[in-house]
Amino acid sequence: MVNPSTISKDELSILLEQIHDPEIPVLTIQDLGMVRDVSWVNDHWKIVITPTYTACPAVDAILEDIGTLLNQQNIPHQLEVTLSPAWTTDWMTQQARQKLKAYGIAPPVEQSDHVCGIQLFQKEVTVHCPQCNSDQTSLLSSFGSTACKALYKCNHCLETFDYFKCH
Amino acid sequence: MPATKNTTPLIKWLFYMADSNLILSQRNSEWCGHGPVLEQDIALTNMALDQLGQARAYYQYIAHLLNQDVQSPEQYTNEDELAFLRDNRAFHNLLLCELPNGDWAQTIAKLFFFSHYQYQLLNMLTQHEDDTIRAIAIKSLKEVTYHVRWSSEWVIRLGDGTEESKTRMNNAIHYLLPYLSELFNPADYELSLKAYDIESLKEKYIAAIEDVLEKAELPIPVSFHINLIQQKGGKQGLHTEHIGFILAEMQYMQRTYPNMEW
Repeated sequence: MVNPSTISKDELSILLEQIHDPEIPVLTIQDLGMVRDVSWVNDHWKIVITPTYTACPAVDAILEDIGTLLNQQNIPHQLEVTLSPAWTTDWMTQQARQKLKAYGIAPPVEQSDHVCGIQLFQKEVTVHCPQCNSDQTSLLSSFGSTACKALYKCNHCLETFDYFKCH
Repeated sequence: MPATKNTTPLIKWLFYMADSNLILSQRNSEWCGHGPVLEQDIALTNMALDQLGQARAYYQYIAHLLNQDVQSPEQYTNEDELAFLRDNRAFHNLLLCELPNGDWAQTIAKLFFFSHYQYQLLNMLTQHEDDTIRAIAIKSLKEVTYHVRWSSEWVIRLGDGTEESKTRMNNAIHYLLPYLSELFNPADYELSLKAYDIESLKEKYIAAIEDVLEKAELPIPVSFHINLIQQKGGKQGLHTEHIGFILAEMQYMQRTYPNMEW
């Protein structure tokens, strides 16, 4: 039986920052707000993860990565996936948004309630180009290279870029 | 394979939700690499992925429920078995979801009719008493909102476009109309669950569909209200000839190489 004091909750949270999203390697699961709860239950740490989208293919890889990391450190654990409360981009940290932009992906600019609107032909939100910072950009498609992104084009530097859309 | 014949209304209904998503996902993914332009190819395959994710959430819940009753570990089932090892009569998907893609307009119309239905239904399920169903509904609703917007905008774009696009959009809508009555023709398991009011669902659905058709300057079909022609059976496992071909392609790998994994 491992005493929980061998690793504190804060230390475990820091340890989990080593786990990156395989599709956006610049972000950790903590940056994305995917770690919902860390708690000591009887004789192990219970870690609750939530997927960004229902079909997020990264979840399986992330669970495997956490398992490998904690096994290496001999930390008894149990992983759980929950859908509730539903993940939202509002949980992304400020640090995560800056990292995204530096990586070349425009971070979400609105609150998530925007996406819940069903109005057709909505006015495009102003997204700044992560390359040249111009606000002269236009939406090419609400769907991009992964479930969490939309595709934009910069009319100033003419580059296309990914936008991490509000969800 | 678990015995899924004598299951509860809840499990039958979960199969209805899971299978409808899975089969339409499989259909939409047929467009992968064949879309008219790259952005729309990517859009449609993204939506296919969302539908697959939603199907998985329901299958995982079904597996969890079925596994509560098993006597020995070798009887445990999982989402993969439920998707890949059931035969066509066990599938409860809407007939609408298994129809061929046809042209772009027909593909759009299928998604348009299905996503509006999902949107209204999921909205009602966000109040459901079952924690898992409520969680899946709240999560899926965000994704389906995108599907509703995308498909509705395409209906308007094509309906209010050229003579050719208007004709094709109109033809697609009329081809699919006979399959819509099934949405509101409740299966016994839907009635016994009493999870949502089908009449109110139908009312909201028709209002939403008519609103888009009006914006698209497309005629609103009279049979919307009187259900002249009815195609039904999917909810009970009685399908069109198309389902066998879909399952043959989708289940081939798992049946040829049992228990294979990525």
